[in-house]
Amino acid sequence: MSRAQKLAIAVLAAVTIASLAAGWIAPSYSAQFRESISAPPSAKFPLGTDELGRDRFARLLYGTRVSLLLAPAAALLSTLIAALLGGTAGYLGGRWDRLVASGIDLFLSLPWLFLLMAVRALMPLNTSPVASVILTFLLLGCLGWASPARIVRAGTRTLASSDYLLQARAEGVAPARLFWNHLLPNLKPILAAQFWISVPVFILSEANLSLLGLGVAEPLPSWGAMLRDLENYSAVLQNPWMLAPAVLLVAVVSCLKLLLRSEDPLPC
Amino acid sequence: MATILIRQLRKILLTALMGGLLGATLVRLGPGFGTDERELDNRLNSDSQQAIRAERASENNIAMFYVRYLAGLAQGDLGYSHSLNRPVTALLKERLPLTLLSLSYGVAGGVAIGLGLALVTVAWRAPGSNVVPALLSGLCLAVPAAVIALLFLWMGTGGRWAIALVVFPHVYRYAKNLLTAAYQSPHVLAAQAKGLSSLRVLLAHVALPAAPQLAAIAGISVTLAFGASIPIEVVSDSPGIGQLAWRAALERDLPLLVNITILIALMTLVVNSLADLALANRRPAE
Repeated sequence: MSRAQKLAIAVLAAVTIASLAAGWIAPSYSAQFRESISAPPSAKFPLGTDELGRDRFARLLYGTRVSLLLAPAAALLSTLIAALLGGTAGYLGGRWDRLVASGIDLFLSLPWLFLLMAVRALMPLNTSPVASVILTFLLLGCLGWASPARIVRAGTRTLASSDYLLQARAEGVAPARLFWNHLLPNLKPILAAQFWISVPVFILSEANLSLLGLGVAEPLPSWGAMLRDLENYSAVLQNPWMLAPAVLLVAVVSCLKLLLRSEDPLPC
Repeated sequence: MATILIRQLRKILLTALMGGLLGATLVRLGPGFGTDERELDNRLNSDSQQAIRAERASENNIAMFYVRYLAGLAQGDLGYSHSLNRPVTALLKERLPLTLLSLSYGVAGGVAIGLGLALVTVAWRAPGSNVVPALLSGLCLAVPAAVIALLFLWMGTGGRWAIALVVFPHVYRYAKNLLTAAYQSPHVLAAQAKGLSSLRVLLAHVALPAAPQLAAIAGISVTLAFGASIPIEVVSDSPGIGQLAWRAALERDLPLLVNITILIALMTLVVNSLADLALANRRPAE
C-alpha cells in the first residue's frame, strides 16, 4: 500500500468518525440561531451559519453521515442484486441468461443519470425528509445493478466452465449447493470490487440529483443538498467557506478512488 | 460483416423500443399521472372537465398508448407534449441541434485533452510527468457534473466546456493505459532499438496500431457526455434535450419522456455499436 493510499484511509477514517460523532461535537443540524443569521465563521460556528441561522459545520457533519453511510448501503444493495441476477444468468445460461443480458443492455443503453433522474422524478416528490433519503438511496441501489451484473455474469461464466466446478458437477453436487458453496465464494473478489467502485459513483449521483432538486429534501442535510447553496455566486464570493461541502465531497471521493486505483475500461 | 450489422441493428431497435416501453410504464405507474392542473380551474364546468379527462384517457392503458404511439411513429408523428403544449417533433427539432452541438464540442474537447495528456505522459516518461494529469483527471472525476457546470456558469462560459471536463478524465485514464501497454510491445522495443525517433515511434508504432481502440473511446465518451449534459443543461439553463428530459420527468409528460428515452437510447446504442465495430475490426489483425 502506497503512502498516498495510507493517507486516503486516514482521511476517510477521520471524516467517518467526525460524522458519527456529530451529535457530540456540533449542535443539531436543524437548530436555528436567530441571533446569528448568515454569520461568518467563529469559534461557535466554525463554518458560519446559513440564511436560516443554522450551523453550517453541524449540517456538513450530519450531511456527511447521510452521504457516507447510505452510499455504501445502496452499493451493497446493487451488488447483491448484481450477484443474484448476474450470477444466476452466468451459471444457468439459456433463456434466463438472454433475458438478464437484455435487461443489462437496456439499463446500460440509457445514461445513468438520465435513468436515475427519470425514475426519481416519477416517485413522490413531496415526501418527508427521511422518506426522501430512503427513496433516493434505495433507487440508487435498485437501479445501479446493471454495470456490476455484466461483470459478475462474465466472471460466473468463466468460473462455470472451470475444472473444479466440472468435477463437482460430475460428482453429483446439487446445482443449488454448487452455486452457493462453490461459485459464490469465488465471486467474492469481483463482488467486493464492484461494491467499492459503486460507492463513489453513488455519492456523486446523490450530489447531482440533489442539485437538480430530486434528492434529499430539506431540512435534512446531504452533500448534494448543501451544494445547492453554490448556485448563489455572489454569496459564495463573499463567503468562500460555503465551498466546504464541495471540498469535502471532492476529498472523500478522491480518497475512495485512490484506494480503488481503478484501471477499468470506461464505464458505460 | 453484413450479418453483424443486421444483428446489431436489430438489437439496437429492440432495446430502444423496450426502453421506450419501460419509460412509458414508469410514467404511467408514477403517482400523480393523469392529473391535469387545468382541472383545478373553478371556471370550468363539468363538461369541460370531462373533456380534459377524455384527452388523457388514451394514455391510461399503457399497452394501447404504446401501440398507438408506434403506429404514429411509423407515420412520423411523435405525439403532443401536454406540459409544453407543443408537438414533440417541434420540440425535438428545436432542442436537438443545441445538444448535439454541445456534445460535439464537449466530446471533441474531452477526447483532445485526454488523448493529448495521455500522449504527453506516455511519450515523455520523465519521473513525475504524470503527476499533474493524474491529479487533474482525479479531481475532475471527483466533482459532480452539476458542480462543474456551476463553475463554468460563474466564469460565464458555455456548458459544452463543462462536458469536456467530464469526459476528459475517462479518456485520459483509458488512453494512458492503452498507450502504456502499446509502448511495452516487442515491435515498439525493436523500433526504438533500431534508432527511430521518439515522435515516429509514438505516432507510427504506438498511436496508429491503437487507433481503433482510441476511436472506441470517442464512441463511449458520447454516452458519458449525454449523461453529463442533463445536470449541465439544467444548471446552465441551456434549452437542450437534457433540460427537456428533466422537465418531461418532473411534469410526468408521457409522450415527451417516451420519445426522449427512445432518442437517447438509440443514440447511445448506435455510438456504442460503432465503437464495438471498430474494436471487432481490430481483432483479426492482432
